[in-house]
Amino acid sequence: MSTTQSRLTGSANDPRIKARYRKEKRFKAYTIAALFTAFAIIVAFFTDIISQGYTAFWRAEVNVTLDYNERAERIGRFALAEDMRDIASRGAVRSIPLEIKNNPELAGTTRQTWVPAYSRIDQYLKGREELPPELARQVDAMVEAGTIRSSFNWAFFTSGDSKLPELAGIFSAAVGSVLVLFVTLVFAFPIGVMSAIYLEEFAPDNKLTQAIEVNINNLAAVPSIIFGLLGLAVFIGTFGVPRSSALVGGLTLGLMTLPIIIISTRAALRAVPDPIRLGAFAMGCSRWQVVRDHVLPLSLPGILTGTIIGLAQAMGETAPLIIVGMIAYIPDAPSSIFESATVLPAQVFTWASEPRKAFVEKTAAGIIVLLAILLTLNATAVFLRRKFERRW
Amino acid sequence: MGIGLTTLLLLAALAPLGFLAYRLGRGKALSAMAAGISMHSRPQQYGWYSVVWMGLPALGVAIAAGLLSLFGVISPARELVLIVSLAIALLGLAQGLRAIRPEVRARNALDGVIRWLLLSAALISIVTTVAIVLSILFEAMRFFREVSVWEFVTGTVWSPGDTFLEAAGRGDEVGENTSFFGSVPLFAGTFMVTAIAMATALPIGLLSAIFMSEYASHRQRGFAKPILEILAGIPTVVYGFFAAITVTPIIVDIAAFFGLDASYSNILSPGIVMGIMIIPFISSLSDDVINSIPQSLRQGAYALGTTKSETIQKVILPAALPGVISAFLLGVSRALGETMIVVMAAGVRPNLTWNPLEDMTTVTVSIVYSLTGDLAFDSPQTLSAFALGLVLFIVTLSLNLVSTYLVRRFKQKYD
Amino acid sequence: METELTNDTATEARQTMTQGVDNDNGPSQKERPEVRMRARDLNLWYGSTQALHDINLDMYSREVTALIGPSGCGKSTFLRCLNRMNDLIPEVRLEGRVELDDEDIYDHSVDVVQLRTHVGMVFQKPNPFPKSIYENIAYAPRLHGTGTSRAELDALVESSLKRAGLWNEVADRLDTPGTELSGGQQQRLCIARAIAVNPEVILMDEPASALDPLATATVEELIHELKDNYTIVIVTHNLQQAARVAGYTAFFHMGKIVEFSDTDTLFTNPTEQRTEDYITGRFG
Repeated sequence: MSTTQSRLTGSANDPRIKARYRKEKRFKAYTIAALFTAFAIIVAFFTDIISQGYTAFWRAEVNVTLDYNERAERIGRFALAEDMRDIASRGAVRSIPLEIKNNPELAGTTRQTWVPAYSRIDQYLKGREELPPELARQVDAMVEAGTIRSSFNWAFFTSGDSKLPELAGIFSAAVGSVLVLFVTLVFAFPIGVMSAIYLEEFAPDNKLTQAIEVNINNLAAVPSIIFGLLGLAVFIGTFGVPRSSALVGGLTLGLMTLPIIIISTRAALRAVPDPIRLGAFAMGCSRWQVVRDHVLPLSLPGILTGTIIGLAQAMGETAPLIIVGMIAYIPDAPSSIFESATVLPAQVFTWASEPRKAFVEKTAAGIIVLLAILLTLNATAVFLRRKFERRW
Repeated sequence: MGIGLTTLLLLAALAPLGFLAYRLGRGKALSAMAAGISMHSRPQQYGWYSVVWMGLPALGVAIAAGLLSLFGVISPARELVLIVSLAIALLGLAQGLRAIRPEVRARNALDGVIRWLLLSAALISIVTTVAIVLSILFEAMRFFREVSVWEFVTGTVWSPGDTFLEAAGRGDEVGENTSFFGSVPLFAGTFMVTAIAMATALPIGLLSAIFMSEYASHRQRGFAKPILEILAGIPTVVYGFFAAITVTPIIVDIAAFFGLDASYSNILSPGIVMGIMIIPFISSLSDDVINSIPQSLRQGAYALGTTKSETIQKVILPAALPGVISAFLLGVSRALGETMIVVMAAGVRPNLTWNPLEDMTTVTVSIVYSLTGDLAFDSPQTLSAFALGLVLFIVTLSLNLVSTYLVRRFKQKYD
Repeated sequence: METELTNDTATEARQTMTQGVDNDNGPSQKERPEVRMRARDLNLWYGSTQALHDINLDMYSREVTALIGPSGCGKSTFLRCLNRMNDLIPEVRLEGRVELDDEDIYDHSVDVVQLRTHVGMVFQKPNPFPKSIYENIAYAPRLHGTGTSRAELDALVESSLKRAGLWNEVADRLDTPGTELSGGQQQRLCIARAIAVNPEVILMDEPASALDPLATATVEELIHELKDNYTIVIVTHNLQQAARVAGYTAFFHMGKIVEFSDTDTLFTNPTEQRTEDYITGRFG
């Protein structure tokens, strides 16, 4: 009895077996540790970005009396009381001379209003920067008196870039991103889908087809900066597309997105079962009619999912756009694809290279917005796939 | 007239002509059918048939003229091209309408045209590759006309900066031979950052993949995989910010704690962050490969009385090795070409060192810095970017080819 | 044994058939029927392997011709030659003639797409389009321009469904997807879909093999009724089915026709030993 037991269970005392089980446990622990390291990094990453950036969605505003006096007609700063000149933003009163010029009846009047505070004051109130003690006392007193308040920073979403951190916003970069993605989509979507249809539904299995396939797979792995070099040399150098424009950026990203769209469209087309095609052929559809009436409608959700993922990737891309000059300082939103523009990630890059500390907050906030958009796009793609996934 | 305007005008003129062609073609077919003639194709197809006759030759002529002038063979006046194209469009329209007869297979002809259209779309990818190679090669050749290949490959000093003064017309102030294009320090930096990245990504990625495919329950896997994928969706500029603002100071502090002196643009920080970026590539590719290893192999090992970890280490990993190597190579290719992280967090000083706490610069950083700012398009510094890009392209392409070859061989073995 | 069989066997088989018809004293008392499709010396290769050897076969108008034989004998391959579905497979090479009303369908002047509107096909697994029942049927007529107005299409859908014996079951739910029907209904929908194009010949590739016995009976009944208007060629694994629905039967083996005659003769009095072995279940 006891011998049978030890044959199956008693070996637990065998030191060799014990060592093997210890090794087993250790190995499993390593794999779990690796995964948790990755998770910890993700958590640390998001916590870091959010904690650096969330404050940028609020900004300090200061209640001032604007005095439209004679000196203010030339230099806006003089409309402010002297003790306010270090507290209110310079940018907020920059346009006063123009205001007076356009509305001469303003001259000589005074007006009480809230203007954005100077970025250092803003940073001080958020606990990110020190102020000279005297100024700090004054600011504290104003907060106490209610003449400095914190309000939601709408301007961050409605204004373009500025050299003054308290006025800088992502609006023009967002418009630039939309224009660039528009060009990318218009260029890459039809060509990508058409290529995929050719390769999946029409192409004979010959050398040319194989060459195209190898090519597409390799294009997908070319570093993005190389596409920037291509855009610079071909679109700007040869075709004379305006540098820094949404057009050249969109075309460059389009070439980059093309393989992604082709590969995912092919997968979507391949998922349509052959009996559908055979059925259609058997009733006298030409190849194109089969594709147009049966295969494309069925694979559309898959194609859209792939396109959204491709666009999301293009939207986060920076390197090739820097090469084609899309890091210009763009305070006003571009109104056409031929004008100089910048995009969200490029704006993040420009802000990140700013030495002033107030821009760190802006950069992180820009990143939060960018990540939110990308997350939404990817979630949409996942949703589309789940909703329209068809099991055959 | 600009090339854009000409194109717009041409398209603007062709659009109504196309509409007209469709109506006329369809009308002709319809009236023939009304007269009792049996037509091969549908009336709409005859309509489109006329549109093709009208538009295709005209566009062909316009594109041919555009290409000829682009490559400088001949450069006809744009107005002339426009007029000739439109004339051909009208002739084509007349011919297309004349050609509509009962036995003409409009549908088959249209299918042929569509097939060619689709093929030409597919060829765009080849054109892109050729364009990459040609444009980069062309600019790189111009660079090598001024700088010897030998100096570029073996030189240990990279200091193109003085050419900036030359470009500004003050070349005489810096004298001869003050710009050096020895790329070794750049490649050393790229190699260093890649090595650090892979040292970070490979263990984490591979071990995570092993956990997900061998130990995790179905639910754990369904939870862990998408979370890891999040890392792949984060833009590189965000990683760059993370490296520069958060990781670098931490590394400097830790180094200081051990009494070491770390630079604020040390290469370690972008390397580690780049590794984080590459984790999902390694993990998802390895996961695929490990999953495609047949269950029978595992069962065979278990039947011999091996533990799970022994099975993984002695049976599964050796079998999956080609796939893991392929994932590793793809990761390396990513790391070599990665730009934003190093631009934001690594240094700009070419530096030949083994110490990861020092600042180094990389190939991609040099490319970016040679091409930003107002440099003349043909200064050696600008052109050097293309020479570097050429090397980068060749290396990443070879890595990718080797990697796909390994994967294909692996798949053949187990499918 | 098999390798000896060449042209002669097929010719012999044809002669057997002709005799059978000439001295027809079976229950059908048929006139010698008109030939609708005819295969002449048909050889087919997939790459370098030959799948069909010198096939000669006549398919009669308004008759059901069954193709039987063990798996891989080439009967489905032959069926697909009749409306050139094999064109869709690369590496298929073909020699010989297939005639539809004395016209070679492999002539280079033939428009394959149009050929398929004359020679329709129903597949082994029902493959309705993932569209509504109505659209499944109306699609092809609209495409080919044989039905354009809504009223015309409505009438066509109704008549096709009635002929396929499906009308009573689906008349009130023409908008539901065809994929939601039961297997047997789906197959009859596919037959209705094929009928709506108004073909002369309908090819059926084991149309009932994916159905339960009850649905099979319905489909067989339908085939029997369709015979009055269409020429039907059916591939089947099921010998009883061939015996029930077909007027003529060809026995395929190793890519050749071993024997062809009217169904009664083939099943009761086969001339070839191999046919007898097969129908008595000694192989296959």
